[in-house]
Amino acid sequence: MATLWNNYRYLILRRFTQIGILVLYFGANAWGWTILMGNLSSSTFLNFVPMSDPYAALQMLAAGAALSVDLLIGVAVITVFYLLIGGRAFCSWVCPVNLITDTAAFLRRVTGIDRVQGIKQPASRKLRYWVLALSLIISFAMGITAFEFISPISMVHRGIIFGLGFGWAAMLIIFLFDLFVLKNGWCGHICPLGGFYSLLGKFSLIRVHHLEENCTLCMKCKVVCPESQVLYMVGKESLPVISGECTNCARCIEVCDDNALEFSIRKLAKNKKTGEK
Amino acid sequence: MSENRPEKKKKKQPLSDRRKFILNMARGVGLATMGGFIWSAYVDEVTASALVLRPPGALKEEDFLKTCIKCGLCVEACPYDTLLLAKPGDNKPLGTPYFVPRDIPCYMCPDIPCVPVCPTGALDEASVSTNGVLDINIADMGLAVVDDNSCIAFWGIQCDACYRACPLLGHAITIEYEKNERTGKHAFMKPIVHTDVCTGCGMCEKACVTEKPAIFVLPREIAEGRAGDYYIKGWDKEDEKRLENATSETTETRLSEESAIDSLNDGLEDLY
Repeated sequence: MATLWNNYRYLILRRFTQIGILVLYFGANAWGWTILMGNLSSSTFLNFVPMSDPYAALQMLAAGAALSVDLLIGVAVITVFYLLIGGRAFCSWVCPVNLITDTAAFLRRVTGIDRVQGIKQPASRKLRYWVLALSLIISFAMGITAFEFISPISMVHRGIIFGLGFGWAAMLIIFLFDLFVLKNGWCGHICPLGGFYSLLGKFSLIRVHHLEENCTLCMKCKVVCPESQVLYMVGKESLPVISGECTNCARCIEVCDDNALEFSIRKLAKNKKTGEK
Repeated sequence: MSENRPEKKKKKQPLSDRRKFILNMARGVGLATMGGFIWSAYVDEVTASALVLRPPGALKEEDFLKTCIKCGLCVEACPYDTLLLAKPGDNKPLGTPYFVPRDIPCYMCPDIPCVPVCPTGALDEASVSTNGVLDINIADMGLAVVDDNSCIAFWGIQCDACYRACPLLGHAITIEYEKNERTGKHAFMKPIVHTDVCTGCGMCEKACVTEKPAIFVLPREIAEGRAGDYYIKGWDKEDEKRLENATSETTETRLSEESAIDSLNDGLEDLY
């Protein structure tokens, strides 16, 4: 039991928050709970604290919509929150699509699809920044929030809270894409919301740190990591993970048997060895 | 043969970094253009649905679509479960709130709970307020339209279900009496919708007794015509004000003298 907790503690906590947040949203719509109302696009916490998706607001701005004060406060709340705890913590601790893509990644490892396709991935992880830029260009050109009308993230979480419709098809498409077409395909390559939080997360305080002197080069961390390029320093140097693409999912910390990875607060002062990029 | 081979290999030199960079840029821009057009076309299609009834206080459809963040707070605030969020498969702009009056109409709550909760102002409080106080009676969700061909009141059968159901009883729908010449001794009691009062709540559509409602709500843009600037109600002081800043434009078309002569002489060729 102790090893189970030790090896899966963050995973259990993450599933708990992900599902817990969905339950609270669902309860707000179904039974009138007031803890967390709305959905991931915009919501209120305890009927008081507004929270809004900064990427959606950015698209609205590009589309030429007038941004209300409530919206701006909500955006500020979310932006500050993820600046502190790590931009893509949204991806691994909140976003419901993570449940689907983690399942697909797990099945890839178990069934050996990873080995069939080899290590070379046919797409660049920079794709998400192109999609991000494109979404803002289309929003500007068409006067509409471009990603919000196609977002499978919204389809999934809105589907769970307000009724699914054909949203299950969006779930299935992402699952099959990640399973058979591209490893970590949606979350790690395409999703512009992930790209947005990657940019935000460059500045965040909570970081995974690597201690090279403890590392035995087993590379278990790189196998489970959905963004394994951020762990380039493993076994080479004691450095914090400074790439914003790290989702702070902490799977690397749990699978490490040698205490070579841990969470800590980023040093704000520039240090020669751990200095900023 | 064996001498030719090395020469061929020489021709296939590895790409220079410069060339690689240019080709990669071209690929990126090409893919982005392709993706951008597919994406734009899709978004344009899925937001084209004009037959959607929005909650009270909604901005003009074009502005509504860019301002609504699709959070569903209005849906949660609605005590009658009138409002729905468009799901994939509903064929409405995805995630935006709408209602179907024949299923559940808007019951026009005086405190309009769906509007103040909107975080983005896509549901605009000012548009449903009179002197700073919320006033559902000035809401404009759509306009009820009567199909007089299927409305049984227009047949001469007595029915005033829509008139009775209307929350603005006697204002938005009135009953017009008219002699029934067919029987000679009965009256038609025809429901007439007053377009300037109707809020589009849809309670008439819900109440209508015909199999498919003979009175139904359409978005105002679709239900209403427009007389245009050429017509002014000369007997209406308000309407006449439109003339105050009117400008006129005179166009002159010169008569073609040639065509007049041609027309007189046309068809005479065979006489000479």
